[in-house]
Amino acid sequence: MIARIKTLAGAGLVASALAVAALSGPAQAAGELHIEAQDWSFSGVFGTFDRASLQRGLQVYQNVCASCHGLKFVAYRNLADLGYGEDEIKAIAAEKQVTDGPNDEGEMFERPGKPSDRFVSPFANDNAARAANGGALPPDLSLIVDARVGGADYLYGLLTGYKDAPADMKVPDGMYYNTGFAGHQIAMPPPLFPDGVTYGDGTPATIAQQAKDVSAFLAWASEPNLEQRKRAGVMSILFLLVFTGLLYATKRKIWAAVH
Amino acid sequence: MAAKFDNPIVRWIDHRLPIFSFMHHELHEYPTPKNLNYWWNFGSLAGIALVIMLVSGITLAMHYTPHVDYAFDSVERIMRDVNYGWLIRYIHMNGASFFFIVVYIHIFRGLYYGSYKAPRELLWMLGVVIMLLMMATAFMGYVLPWGQMSFWGATVITNLFSAIPVVGESIVTWLWGGFAVDNATLNRFFSLHYLLPFVIVGVVVLHLVALHRFGSNNPLGIDVKGPKDQIPFHPYYTVKDAFGLGVFLIAFAAFVFFAPNFMGHPDNYIPADPLVTPAHIVPEWYFLPFYAILRAIPDKLGGVLFMFGAIAVLFILPWLDRSPVRSGQFRPIFKIFFWILVIDVVALTYLGGKPPEGWYVLASRLATAYYFIHFLVILPLLSVFETPRQLPKSISEPVTGGGAGFAGATAAPREKV
Repeated sequence: MIARIKTLAGAGLVASALAVAALSGPAQAAGELHIEAQDWSFSGVFGTFDRASLQRGLQVYQNVCASCHGLKFVAYRNLADLGYGEDEIKAIAAEKQVTDGPNDEGEMFERPGKPSDRFVSPFANDNAARAANGGALPPDLSLIVDARVGGADYLYGLLTGYKDAPADMKVPDGMYYNTGFAGHQIAMPPPLFPDGVTYGDGTPATIAQQAKDVSAFLAWASEPNLEQRKRAGVMSILFLLVFTGLLYATKRKIWAAVH
Repeated sequence: MAAKFDNPIVRWIDHRLPIFSFMHHELHEYPTPKNLNYWWNFGSLAGIALVIMLVSGITLAMHYTPHVDYAFDSVERIMRDVNYGWLIRYIHMNGASFFFIVVYIHIFRGLYYGSYKAPRELLWMLGVVIMLLMMATAFMGYVLPWGQMSFWGATVITNLFSAIPVVGESIVTWLWGGFAVDNATLNRFFSLHYLLPFVIVGVVVLHLVALHRFGSNNPLGIDVKGPKDQIPFHPYYTVKDAFGLGVFLIAFAAFVFFAPNFMGHPDNYIPADPLVTPAHIVPEWYFLPFYAILRAIPDKLGGVLFMFGAIAVLFILPWLDRSPVRSGQFRPIFKIFFWILVIDVVALTYLGGKPPEGWYVLASRLATAYYFIHFLVILPLLSVFETPRQLPKSISEPVTGGGAGFAGATAAPREKV
């Protein structure tokens, strides 16, 4: 049954995709990178997020990325999507200090984070971020998967792309050779190391595993409503297929006398 | 002729304000050629696409903030925190593309079947006005999320006006409301983006008034010879349009739910930054043919003139193609050139998305030249030299072979009325 639905939905998709692909393809600027497609649980018509992977990805983000990269469009309360309970979310939020105010005395004050707060960015502003990173600005990661050609595949390729530079290439100081980055020179030092984090669920923390988990986590951060969207899509298309079929039958019946 | 209504309230109102008679006349009994094929679905589809854009757009405007510091964030708030905000925005984003797909097919249908010819010249020209208004609206709408492509697209396109001699620079400053694309620009674009769709609605009404004056053209391109060539709009074309709408919605839903960002550009998920220029500034796909023409001309003013000329040439099309035969079906040579034009426009679309380097430049120039040659040279010459095929005597003749089977077709709906 599921396979059948899949075929039906797929047929609609393919037909419409073909119609437009020819026109819209060129709108995507051609990337010079070869981005290898990975197997993601959230791709495809019935894709859903792998909660365990997202939780591991959050751990990588918190322990590694968050020292330079913000996640300002995501609120701590959104972590409920990852399967965390209310108390766990409160605890995660409370690890950070948030500037609030002004209070009754007119003073700004620091307080522990609450679930309603957005993820606290590591730097007060872009200038502070540049000053701390040798002039380079670590981008906010809230939308990084939507904002890059290749999405999560691109991120995975970048995070696993640190290699030794070829002998004939001179990489300047403060830059790193990375096959997953345009121009192969990136200002971000290699962030991931084998067992750089210790996963609570015992998953071996290889670089590839960490890259996979944090890319999945950031895909969720870019589009937290992805599962709802795909569920609604399957229902809508199934409904439309039946409805359009009925309309076609009605049309045939009404027009039968004309021809 | 006033229609009879059973409901006394409807009768009471209609006697004083004949809107029900009007609707009955224009939407129900409105006589329509009986041989319209599925290419004629795209007119009503365009109307529905306009309504989809209006409804989703008005809803988005309830949550959007047109300010350079908040625009991007307010769009993300719609995507994340507004109930079904992601759905409304994806409908609006993809709705723009689908509106253009539908309208472009509608235009090519008109080109093939000669729908622009007498007595429908004004109908056609109003359609071109609608397309121009759509382009202005879509361009300003793309600026509103205030992403990188929004900002740089706005900068590039508004800068085109600086090519106008003497007053160009002043015009650009006037358009921007300052000396760069900034908050004043975003504010006025939002205001106009909200206004223009209602102007489009107005021109659509004129388009429909002009359409209903002589009725639809048809695949044979010959005039309706009498009632036996026609069927009432309802139920025949209401049900046919409804079926077409169903097919349209399936394709639309496939994109909205499963590939919502496919036709967008990832750079527009990066907040606008006046200090960082994207590697390739690419407009939305539906502007690419015109963008290709703009870049094909080595001179800036020339490029702008040719780009607008590509649309202006459509305005005078009814007087460029003087062939008395409307439908391409009966014009063997025209038919070939029509398909070459389709290929040419697809090629321009492709080339518009490529960087202006290498063979792309030469190809863009050839494709641009051909576009104008088609309208300015080939069509006028064909009107003189082409020998059209024999036209059928009437619509019902080739379809029913004498109209014998036709009596039953109109009898059925009349009984119901």
